[in-house]
Amino acid sequence: MASSRFVYVTYIRTTPEKLWQALIDPEFTRRYWVGTWQECEWKPGASWRIMIPDGRVADSGEVIEIDPPRRLVLSWRNEFKPEMREDGYSRLTYELEQQGDSVKLTVIHESDKPGSKLIEGVSNGWPLILASLKSLLETGESLEATRHWPQGI
Amino acid sequence: MDRVFKALADPSRRQLLDRLHADNGQTLGELCGHLKMTRQAVTKHLKLLEAANLVATIWRGREKLHFLNPVPILEIADRWIGKYERGRLRALDELKTHLEGEIDG
Repeated sequence: MASSRFVYVTYIRTTPEKLWQALIDPEFTRRYWVGTWQECEWKPGASWRIMIPDGRVADSGEVIEIDPPRRLVLSWRNEFKPEMREDGYSRLTYELEQQGDSVKLTVIHESDKPGSKLIEGVSNGWPLILASLKSLLETGESLEATRHWPQGI
Repeated sequence: MDRVFKALADPSRRQLLDRLHADNGQTLGELCGHLKMTRQAVTKHLKLLEAANLVATIWRGREKLHFLNPVPILEIADRWIGKYERGRLRALDELKTHLEGEIDG
């Protein structure tokens, strides 16, 4: 049984295709994911990483499973905080499901390590990022706090 | 949003949310173990909580795990708390204008 897990479900008034694009397209993620973008070929086994605007790598891993625009599973290791990097690889799952005029987005971030510092960290980060993603898709504007990489981190 | 308020209006359902808040990701069996409710009642309440998106469930192996999903509560806060704050600020501003106007006059 995995011991650290973050689960978040939100309904976004959009289409699965648009939401999928917003999850992977650098032009989108820069606006709601604190200025970061992902580098990846988006196919099974491809390497994947999140880039910080100053050139550092925030997190990295591989595409485990990809089924656009329904399901994406990534392995995920933190790269810029030693205490989180120590936790090794976690697993991130996005599930997108059309429900009426909305898409049900389920985000599961889990680690086999009990009390994972990485999961603790992302549990604080994900709600703001995902609320901003919802805001961007529904209103055209992301939340202000998520538009730039925070200073001094 | 009606669903959220309806789901939160019941003390047993709030108790279930409290249990998940204390220990997230429980199975139905684990949740029943801590509560003086029948398994049937817990199942019924969980269904309502899930419909309101206050509880999210995922399958891991043969286990269905239940998680507290605070998103609808956040949305309620976003929708109304900000408005109340704006209202208070406006009232204070009017009070200030009124009082300062009196002193000046």
